[in-house]
Amino acid sequence: MLLIACPNCGPRAQAEFTFERPLASIVTPTETLPDLIHKLFTRENPRGPSWELWRHTYGCAGWLKVHRDTHNHQISAALPVDMETPS
Amino acid sequence: MQRYSALSLLRGGLNGQKSWQRAWRDPAPKSHYDVIIIGGGGHGLATAYYLAKVHGIRNVAVLERGWIGGGNTGRNTTIVRSNYRQPALHNLFEFSLKLWEGMSDDLNYNVMFSQRGAMFLGHSDSDMIRLAERGDAMRAAGIDAEFMTMDQLRKKLPLLDLSDKARYPIVGALNQPRGGTARHDAVAWGYARAADALGVDVIQNCEVLGIDRVGGKVTGVQTTRGPIGADRVGICVAGNSGQVAAMADLRLPIESHLLQAFVSEPVKPMVDMVIMSQSIHAYVSQSDKGEIVMGGDPDLYPTYSQRGRPDRIEGVAGQCIALFPALSRLRMLRSWAGTTDMSFDGSPIIGTTPVEGLYLNGGWCYGGFKATPASGWTYAYTLAKGEPHALNAPFSLDRFETGATIDETGAGPMPHHR
Repeated sequence: MLLIACPNCGPRAQAEFTFERPLASIVTPTETLPDLIHKLFTRENPRGPSWELWRHTYGCAGWLKVHRDTHNHQISAALPVDMETPS
Repeated sequence: MQRYSALSLLRGGLNGQKSWQRAWRDPAPKSHYDVIIIGGGGHGLATAYYLAKVHGIRNVAVLERGWIGGGNTGRNTTIVRSNYRQPALHNLFEFSLKLWEGMSDDLNYNVMFSQRGAMFLGHSDSDMIRLAERGDAMRAAGIDAEFMTMDQLRKKLPLLDLSDKARYPIVGALNQPRGGTARHDAVAWGYARAADALGVDVIQNCEVLGIDRVGGKVTGVQTTRGPIGADRVGICVAGNSGQVAAMADLRLPIESHLLQAFVSEPVKPMVDMVIMSQSIHAYVSQSDKGEIVMGGDPDLYPTYSQRGRPDRIEGVAGQCIALFPALSRLRMLRSWAGTTDMSFDGSPIIGTTPVEGLYLNGGWCYGGFKATPASGWTYAYTLAKGEPHALNAPFSLDRFETGATIDETGAGPMPHHR
């Protein structure tokens, strides 16, 4: 199980969190149709590190951005959702 | 191919089991094939078998990165059923079930297919309405489905908690008597052996590293055992479909998640059916060895690690124990995880791709094992004819952008249906 450091609550077990979607797949009201299809369906699905949107559902209920490797489960960052993502 | 029979068993018993041949060859890759199938799981091997048997295309290679049946074919809970509500799904899975019924004879290999019945429990009035709708849809399509009353359940499954105080009170069930289980390794081995006997090269320890294209058309693959040419290439690597499709610059409507399964220590027969639940997602059956086989929800986040999260083990065990309180006395023997292609409507993708000569079979979510023969049969048809069969035409890659999704649970674009 992952240990995710919630920006509000500190390190907590993955059981308290829910994965929402890749950060790049957040849909805005002004998407073009091809972008919308990419975000809803044909996502990148990386085997390696990427930014994701998680929610501390059974904790503070806050949203957070997590930089996580889908192969070795390493988490290199967990940021508040309104903080800018380092490039 | 050396045929297996009661007589050959007897002969083996008398000569110290020295008369057996190896079940399939270990060929070196040729320089060119008519069709290359990437992925030596049940689906890929079945595809090769039906290509050779039904379509006469025998210059075929199945390339497997690891060993035959070492992926999801050997990691599932072996349940076979066709109790879906939507026509596209129950037509495909019923076709599959009919192939299962003749598979051991067809392959001359005992896949231990046991039609012990597959049953969905209902826990509420609304559950029962949904089950009735599902059963009606199945019966209208000529598929067996029958309601089980509480009295029938009491008689059939005395260890099920049918009391008013149950954690998940049970009010009835929908049974598919022709559903059941099969020995999953035997399915891979049986198809590998039968395909090999028809001339198919089953090549293990051969990882595909790239897909070659000239002028937009597929010409072959790069592998750890060198380049191999092919007129047509079929991807069949559930769990890693996105990674292989990316070699041809395709992005798939698939997210890779984990599904876990668990077995208890073996005990005497106590559950002689496959038991699933409409509202909670646990499923329980008993293997021929006596182990209680359990599964539940996937791990619900993208990962390729093949390592399950422990809280899921606890959750599934809790659900199973709530259904069968006697299970609390058993020790868990093993747990494991497989990487599954979660598609965005819960249904598979079998068909053509925008790349000429490249075909895709994937997106099976956590329901691929029962489809093994139909998946292979329809994929072989598609690879042979260059276009899908009526059974797999609805499962096209472009259905997500056109809106023609096959969404059995009506959950919308989420990669974790149930």
